[in-house]
Amino acid sequence: MGRTRSSTSRHRISYVFVSGYVLLALAFGVLPTLYAVRMSFTTSEGTFSGVENFSRVIDDFRFWPAVQHVAAFVAIWLVALLVLVTVLALLVHQIGVRWLSSGVRFVYYIPGALAGASAVVLWLFVLDPTVSPVSGVLHAFGFDSFVQTISPGNLPVIFAVMAFWTGAGGWIVVMYGALNSIPHEVLEAARIDGAGVVRTALHIQLPMLRKWISYMAIISLAAGTQLFVEPRVLSQASHGVVPNDYSLNQLAYLFAFKQQDLNGSAAIAVMLLVVSLSLSVFFVVRGGLFERD
Amino acid sequence: MTRQPSRAVLRQPRHLLVAAAVAASLLTVSACSGSSDEGGSDGSTDAYGFDAVEQDPSAPITVWVDASRQPAVDAFEEANPDVKLNVETYDGGADGSGSFQTKIEAFNQAGSGWPDVVFSTQNNDAAWASQGTEPFAAPVDKGLFDSSFLDGFTEGALAPLTVDGTVYGLRNDLAPTVAWYDKSLMDQFGYTPPTTWEEYEALGTTVATEHPGYIVGAIGDSWTPEVYFWGGQAPMNTVTGADEFSADASDPKTVAMAEVLDGLNDAGVLAQESVFSPEFLQKHAGKVLMLPGPVWYSGALFQNADSLNAAPGTMTAGVPLSWDGEDPAAGNVGGGTWFVSQHSANLEAAKEFLTFVTSDDRYQVDLAPGLPAYSAAADKWLAKQAEANFFTSDFVDNVGTAATMVWDGWGYPRFSQESVWAKAVTPELAGGESLVDLLPTWETALKNEAQANGYKVS
Repeated sequence: MGRTRSSTSRHRISYVFVSGYVLLALAFGVLPTLYAVRMSFTTSEGTFSGVENFSRVIDDFRFWPAVQHVAAFVAIWLVALLVLVTVLALLVHQIGVRWLSSGVRFVYYIPGALAGASAVVLWLFVLDPTVSPVSGVLHAFGFDSFVQTISPGNLPVIFAVMAFWTGAGGWIVVMYGALNSIPHEVLEAARIDGAGVVRTALHIQLPMLRKWISYMAIISLAAGTQLFVEPRVLSQASHGVVPNDYSLNQLAYLFAFKQQDLNGSAAIAVMLLVVSLSLSVFFVVRGGLFERD
Repeated sequence: MTRQPSRAVLRQPRHLLVAAAVAASLLTVSACSGSSDEGGSDGSTDAYGFDAVEQDPSAPITVWVDASRQPAVDAFEEANPDVKLNVETYDGGADGSGSFQTKIEAFNQAGSGWPDVVFSTQNNDAAWASQGTEPFAAPVDKGLFDSSFLDGFTEGALAPLTVDGTVYGLRNDLAPTVAWYDKSLMDQFGYTPPTTWEEYEALGTTVATEHPGYIVGAIGDSWTPEVYFWGGQAPMNTVTGADEFSADASDPKTVAMAEVLDGLNDAGVLAQESVFSPEFLQKHAGKVLMLPGPVWYSGALFQNADSLNAAPGTMTAGVPLSWDGEDPAAGNVGGGTWFVSQHSANLEAAKEFLTFVTSDDRYQVDLAPGLPAYSAAADKWLAKQAEANFFTSDFVDNVGTAATMVWDGWGYPRFSQESVWAKAVTPELAGGESLVDLLPTWETALKNEAQANGYKVS
């Protein structure tokens, strides 16, 4: 890469590159957020209402079940994602044969290429014991019908598996890239010092991946708390057995478009924002994301 | 080739990534923008009983139908090639999915985009579509349709669409429940078709021992309560006035019906699956001795090569069951409804369309799978069934009778009774719980839902 240009012109060009993102983030991220915050503290007529919207939403009989559902899902999914993606990326990175390594990465990535709703539709078949290609597995768990498979207790795990299946491949590729960024000399030095594969992974690669893992956790957390497509599609496909108010986002949707209570909906959105922002801050600090090397 | 990318390159995007991470979490459901200014009411007219927008007789009309109503659209287009339609298929609000309402609310927020005509499988939509500062549904009896046309509907057919004395849509078909049974199997097994719920339970118990594998009913669908509890006159969906709701799970009839179903379920003679699922066909095709359910099972299940595909002359509909010593009553499962939008710019075309799909022989008699709500079409439809003789015995008489027997103790609230049953009761039932034990759960879930939808609950 040529480094002859002056740093000022490089800076100038970087502003141009960033500006597109900043404008879109303002228009579709920051401004709607400010609008939602304003709505959550006002009545539908626009007068200040304090925490009235929040207390009404929290008192709603669907609120706490939805919180529990989302929390259970996020907990299962996040742990599975962090552990399995890291382990799989390390394993793939160990594969010496080039075509095999890139082939495996490609296979991991394929499910992620399916857009959200269509991926869920595919899962509808997997979860129905009468048509599932893995019906043997479902029967082994004692699930003889679709309704039994999607019983409320199973849903957090089912949604976590779905989300993992669609999302993990992309992260494995990202982690693989991160592993490539670890200097060759460091790994070689470790090898010369007698570190095996496991010790290298635990003491060299994992610590150097820390920021990437935090980054994955933040992005996934933000996506996970917004659980919507999976329960929504499953709800329609199961003729309503999976409730249409399963997740917080679905509840916000119902408040806005079923009960015409946009301010209540905004209150849910703001609460979600506060929770995922504070958890993100936790990961940023613990993961050292803002530290310079 | 080097495996080591430039660290300078890596570091810079990382800040972007953090910014992206924060922005992504910021994006958590931010509500839609746009306030709904009153739609332009220029050129308004009182001819329809509401502020119509400026009319354009050549404007195409947008029509939403479910997949089953596609033939109605096709028939209309063939008969009226000059009327331009934009047809969109959606789920018809089936199982109380609420998609009709949520889409309309989104358009209300945007202030534009409404369809001109909507078909819904649910019969409680008028409860919300007639309300609000800018109601969606146009009144049909204030000038849009002649009263002579509206009088042509079977008595009571428009009741679910009537709010405060005004009618907000037209009924597509009637959907009283009847006691479907397989006459040839009944004869073969030497059974008499039951006429009361007590006999029904006794028959189920006998079948379980004498002919295991045969079923006498199904409880896997979201309309199970409408078949059994509405038909059994259990007061679980009482709407009084505009804003009062009650449900009584301790009423003797509610409990009695739950006990009947528990008994039959324990005996293994009730299908747990939805009648529209592949599982149901796989397990029970050819083994349906009885199946209390709506009249539209005729075309949807029995006379349908993709479903149960009964042999001609085997199935028939018995009159709805009664409690011992009482008058029989029918439940009701949907019966589609057609709505015209108050925002439509071509009300005449919308009217022409609704007139055709509800009353014209070319759809309601020739193609419709269920009992037409329009009286003249219903007579011809029944005559056609009698002639075809696919359904045997007193099918035509019994269906006609059932249509007049729908119990008026159940109301049409703003929320879906079906979706409450589906989420609160179905999974527990499939998990082996007894219905009697689930009654309080069901009552609580109904009352919660009613309260959330602004009803005073008692």
